[in-house]
Amino acid sequence: MTHLESELKKLREDTEAMWHLVISQLEKTHTALTDFDKGLCREVIATEKRVNSMELALDRNCEHLFALHTPVAIDLRFVLAILKINNNLERLGDIAEGICKYLLSEDQAYDKQLVTATQLDEMFVKALAIVEDTLTAFQGEDTKLARTIFQKDEELDVINNLANQRLTEYIGQRPDNIGQALNTLSMIRRLERVGDQSKNMAEEIIFYLEAKVLRHGGNKKKKLH
Amino acid sequence: MVQKSQDIAVATANKLSANRLSLYYGEKQALRDITMGIQANTITAFIGPSGCGKSTFLRCFNRMNDLIPNVRIDGQVTLDGKDIYRKKLDVYEHRKNIGMVFQKPNPFPKSIYDNVVFGLDINGERSRSVLDQTVEDALTKAALWDEVKDNLHKSALALSGGQQQRLCIARAIAVKPSVLLMDEPASALDPISTAKIEELIISLKDSFTIVIVTHNMQQAARISDKTAFFYLGELIEYTDTGTLFTNPQREATENYITGRYG
Repeated sequence: MTHLESELKKLREDTEAMWHLVISQLEKTHTALTDFDKGLCREVIATEKRVNSMELALDRNCEHLFALHTPVAIDLRFVLAILKINNNLERLGDIAEGICKYLLSEDQAYDKQLVTATQLDEMFVKALAIVEDTLTAFQGEDTKLARTIFQKDEELDVINNLANQRLTEYIGQRPDNIGQALNTLSMIRRLERVGDQSKNMAEEIIFYLEAKVLRHGGNKKKKLH
Repeated sequence: MVQKSQDIAVATANKLSANRLSLYYGEKQALRDITMGIQANTITAFIGPSGCGKSTFLRCFNRMNDLIPNVRIDGQVTLDGKDIYRKKLDVYEHRKNIGMVFQKPNPFPKSIYDNVVFGLDINGERSRSVLDQTVEDALTKAALWDEVKDNLHKSALALSGGQQQRLCIARAIAVKPSVLLMDEPASALDPISTAKIEELIISLKDSFTIVIVTHNMQQAARISDKTAFFYLGELIEYTDTGTLFTNPQREATENYITGRYG
């Protein structure tokens, strides 16, 4: 294995480690919601610092790779993709932290009727599955699986789009619980962003493996000059 | 018949072209059925591992391989659409139109001035004003004038390696060729001299068609418009430099430029 190959391998391993950590953060956030576990919320918020430091380390490693190895072709596309995926993962960490902050601000567990009516729990399960699928696609260099992320993201969009109407109906029935309803809307908006970030990561996986740019509806071959 | 008319069209549309070119050193085949066209006023880089045929191919354009015993060439090489291996070609006249710069700077043991005017001198140019003007023009184009204008009659061998190489470029362009062939022109130079040569090559593109053989892939990426990758005497891939270094279409190219074999 060349020096460059071992550096790229390490970059891949570090990225996967960050991916696992972010998935764990989202899982804990989901558990904290269903069990109304404030201790777990505090743990997620504390662990967010690790996510941030991993982001900085990955950025620095990419910088070193560019400066010291001047990668080309698939190696160049891989490092470019990691730079962006790293940013997406950090945002996912922020989303978990943000939801935990909402949970910490509550005095009691979320109303089950509210959670059911807005499909909040279902949305969490789908969002987590999407992030896990992007990791599997990355690990297996599987662009077919990466392409399924776009459809799954749309399922989250549907739930998000129905949220306003559902919450209006809920608030009509339970005007005493308007605070939880508003926080639920904020959580739904954040979970919708999990889909967007995962879609971005799927696009980067396809870019590095196939040299195709899918961002902004493009599907042409990318040319860097 | 259709193929032949297509070949002629390819040859005339390009400054330089090779059509189904094969070259043999005795029994050994060094180039295999190469077809490619090089447009005027572009920089084209040839890359590939040692022994892949890139320098051999470069030397086909000024017929330097003629000097090697037992060389046999099949196929066609053209300059401005005309076959340069035709029987009636005057090779010396042809070489005036194609300058060459080598890996190791090779100034003559003469003054800077005499090096630059060497080609004109042996072609009988005696006008002092023409020679003076040529020296200034060639050294200016070679980005050397400001450094040597007060020492034109000093020995060229007193110059640094980078300056000597720029002098060789000045000498090559003094006879006003339309093509410049460069065989690893910066590989014996330090990074600062290399950067100067690279800037010089880019600035010369407006006046010349430049073909450069280099082992330095970053150099090819930095300065060339198109890059050709050769392997075992074959032209594997030839495309825009940006595309070749970001998204090569052939696995062999990718393996070579990413350092996975070679």
